[in-house]
Amino acid sequence: MIVSSESDDSGLGNPGRMARLGLRSKRIERINPGSVCDIYNGCESVFHGMTNSRIERQELPSPRYTYGGDDYVFVEVAEAMSFDANFTAQAITQEIRSRDRDDLIEVAPANASYLIQFDPERLHPDDLIEELKELGEEIDISEYRWEARVFDFPILYQDPWTHETLMQFRDRHQDPDATDLEYSAQINGFEGVQAFIDAHSGAPHMVTMVGFVPGLPWCFQMVPREEQIEVPKYRQPRTDTPGRAVGFGGAFTAIYPVRGAGGYQLYGRTPLEVLDVDQNLPDFQESMVLPNPGDILDFRQIDREEYDAIREEIEAGTYEYTYETVEFRPDEFFRRPHEYNRELVEAIE
Amino acid sequence: MIRVIDPGISTTVQDTGRFGHYHIGMPPSGAMDQFSHTVANYLVGNDEDAATLEMTYGGPDLAFERDALVAVTGADMSPAVNDEPIQAWTAVAVEAGDVLSLDFATEGARSYLAVAGGVDVPSIMGSKSTYTLIGIGGYEGHQLEEGDELAIADVPDRSDRAGTSVDASHRPDYGEGDRIRVVMGLCEYRLTDEGREEFLGATWKISDEADRVGYRLEGPDVEPMFEGREQPFGAGTDVTNVVDVGYPVGSIQMAGQPIVLMRDAVTGGGYATVGTVISPDRDRLSQSRTHSEIGFEAVDVETALDARAERDDRLEAIRTDVR
Repeated sequence: MIVSSESDDSGLGNPGRMARLGLRSKRIERINPGSVCDIYNGCESVFHGMTNSRIERQELPSPRYTYGGDDYVFVEVAEAMSFDANFTAQAITQEIRSRDRDDLIEVAPANASYLIQFDPERLHPDDLIEELKELGEEIDISEYRWEARVFDFPILYQDPWTHETLMQFRDRHQDPDATDLEYSAQINGFEGVQAFIDAHSGAPHMVTMVGFVPGLPWCFQMVPREEQIEVPKYRQPRTDTPGRAVGFGGAFTAIYPVRGAGGYQLYGRTPLEVLDVDQNLPDFQESMVLPNPGDILDFRQIDREEYDAIREEIEAGTYEYTYETVEFRPDEFFRRPHEYNRELVEAIE
Repeated sequence: MIRVIDPGISTTVQDTGRFGHYHIGMPPSGAMDQFSHTVANYLVGNDEDAATLEMTYGGPDLAFERDALVAVTGADMSPAVNDEPIQAWTAVAVEAGDVLSLDFATEGARSYLAVAGGVDVPSIMGSKSTYTLIGIGGYEGHQLEEGDELAIADVPDRSDRAGTSVDASHRPDYGEGDRIRVVMGLCEYRLTDEGREEFLGATWKISDEADRVGYRLEGPDVEPMFEGREQPFGAGTDVTNVVDVGYPVGSIQMAGQPIVLMRDAVTGGGYATVGTVISPDRDRLSQSRTHSEIGFEAVDVETALDARAERDDRLEAIRTDVR
């Protein structure tokens, strides 16, 4: 992923930056800043009437730098999840990755932390930590920009497959008499399941981390803290979850790439693949994994008919994902999240 | 060509690992005991990144359909060619028609079979290693099955190396009660002082769930080792939960019981990790058997780096010896 800072006086001193900017400017779709107001007319309830709210900036603590054995450095930017913590982790890892160094083996951002594996024959962990500390001080995330892909992401909420699974594991759930959606709606103060679904699909979600298994995105909804959904995980993990299930745990939506164990509340199923091992689908030609950290998923509620139609195309290997590449601007997002989200989503409408 | 007569308990094609894709959730896979994998390759004149067979607990029976130079290292599985015992940690010439058989491991858990030229399977994302969870790498993405046919990469005849052997002083022994060295860190701050002491002082038994994904350990309850707190936003409700982090290979995840994450592990998640087994001891732990006991010894990062350099020096000495 390409990243750069807006101004040339950021002090990063990276000679590759201009070249990358040049490359990027050809690929970025310009965002149309107009006509944002009419799209969400009549959907005020989605935002609890807080259309003017901002993302409150978080004062981050001093990061914790620690060693992972002899070959990893782990940096916890903050204990709590926030856009500030995640964007900081993303900005630092994007910057260090763009330097194409051969003494680094893995550079992996996480929700509020990041992990780097290095080659101890070429680099001492203390030197790496020093460098990361300097980067942490230099990078101002409100000045950062990165290329993000905004994906249309259809979901069949209350689908029959995850419903069957969740009914099978009621004894492991906080509320055995309600479905996962009914429970989540209730503890988050929504009037009913549909109002909850409207909120979950009413603003886009940022992929703040990819992992656990290949292709699984952790998605953090791009709304102010007070509008965010928070739900506990199952009391005891299930031994089964259908592939492509859309789950929620803590403050994150997860999409299960393959069938397996899981502990997140089950809301629905997407017809889309996030992992295509055989790389049959056109959008998987470069990588078997679709989502990357920093991508944006716009969840959209669909009916069974559309679900089946998309599945047919996916299975035929002809489905093409709907997405646009945009320049993501944290400062704009922090200042006017709802409007900015609408502009982002407009790119794919 | 090598034809699989009997695949053994769990045999996979592995190399040094698949790197550069951790950020999309791809663990490295690769040989669990990199030391034994590397030495097996050196014995037959390969570079360390040639693919070998990793054989777990019980080895396979393999029919060679062409002449080859082979070497078996790691756990002792009483290797034999046409029922005649052969030396482990030694290059051995086999002929077309020979059957190489490996038995149950008497010491250690994993043996490695290298063939001059290397096992020839397609490279996926830069590695021949098998990752069975999503079925990539190795032989069609799965562990070997009866009737599978493995190609061997063509190389000039190396049979003059037959008899080359690793000096006894360089062969590890797989004793019980090993101290596994750990650099404490990651989310270690979540433990109380007493909890940390208890964790490091305890004897841990390797459970039945000990495989390429991770080693689940049995011992004292881990939850009381944690500092109580009001859980931060997004972390989840359990005291052992954190906002999801990336997990180093070798890190110890506190999920009900400690789990040492191995080379096919999940790349991240929401349980606190409290330390990382140092890389030479990941090799040793890979040879520790289910139901055996281990303890953890905290070391500082300089000790960890020295231990790694010592392992690398030893490998270099072996490489020079067997050249």
